[in-house]
Amino acid sequence: MERIAVQTNVLKANQEAAAENRLAFEQEGLLVMNLMSGPGAGKTSLLEATIGALRGQCRIAVIEGDLQTDLDAERIRALGSRAHQINTGTMCHLDARMIARALQDFPVQGLDLLFIENVGNLICPASYDLGESLRVVLCSVAEGPEKPKKYPVMFHKADVVILNKTDLGLPSGEDQSELEKNVREVNPRAKIFALSCRTGEGLEAWITWLREAVAAQKMIPLPVSTS
Amino acid sequence: MHEISIAISIVEIAEASARKHGARSIQLVKLRLGEFTTIVQEALEFAFEIARQDTLAAHATLVVEIVPMVVRCSSCGVIPNPVRDIILSCPQCGLPLEIMAGEDIQLEYIEAETENIAWSV
Repeated sequence: MERIAVQTNVLKANQEAAAENRLAFEQEGLLVMNLMSGPGAGKTSLLEATIGALRGQCRIAVIEGDLQTDLDAERIRALGSRAHQINTGTMCHLDARMIARALQDFPVQGLDLLFIENVGNLICPASYDLGESLRVVLCSVAEGPEKPKKYPVMFHKADVVILNKTDLGLPSGEDQSELEKNVREVNPRAKIFALSCRTGEGLEAWITWLREAVAAQKMIPLPVSTS
Repeated sequence: MHEISIAISIVEIAEASARKHGARSIQLVKLRLGEFTTIVQEALEFAFEIARQDTLAAHATLVVEIVPMVVRCSSCGVIPNPVRDIILSCPQCGLPLEIMAGEDIQLEYIEAETENIAWSV
């Protein structure tokens, strides 16, 4: 019997694929957002509202991840944006290799902004880097204030946290300020937006920030290819 | 339930390492699992039993060592007891805390039956 030292990160293969995706995105000057939330928090609604608000200003496409159906991709296409549906079958998250495969059929040249809508799940997608520029985590006010504490890894790793359905705070009896406080505790660095995709309340601040983030991404010097 | 994906990766890495060393079978896989990950040890152990089937690790035991979370404030130094209510701001000065350990899943070593060959260091 022999002990063989391995000392390897178990997620290494995914991280290598993510690095390749990231290089490809950066060479295009493309801002890529990995959008994550539990089921029903409003990821697709946020995309609809965002595409609507940036119409004519920004070339946007979406990669949709779901276990089954292309209903979400259809919702995006109905707005005139390109969308690619990945069906994961029983897989609870997207990984970097699925994105690399999608990019073979779904060219991103000439785009300004690519959203990757992950599978609705606050646990598994947290572990898988897709090569995104920013991680956006969405949580609806009506879900209650405890989600950031119950799923701390997901919220801790977010660059942006969006609190959706602010219009439902009062009718659902849930406390938006408590939710915001919990996000801050788990992730003091995250940029937080509170908004309602349905009423449009608070949407303007998100759109303004997004417009600036898209412009800033184009200013980043091109990475030197190592291949 | 992404423990199955993690378990498959563990078996792939372990097999690659075993083959590199001319090993015929893997007896033990030693994993260091961070406390601040989304992996549940019991679920991972169960998933490993499925993932190891028909591989060099078919009879391997998975040994999991939990790596505690260690956090640090850039101003005040290491902060004890970081998971207290999962508040990742410094209790003394309020700055965001850096996570120094407990976020990784690392395959540390394997124990394997190797061919009886002389090997160079």
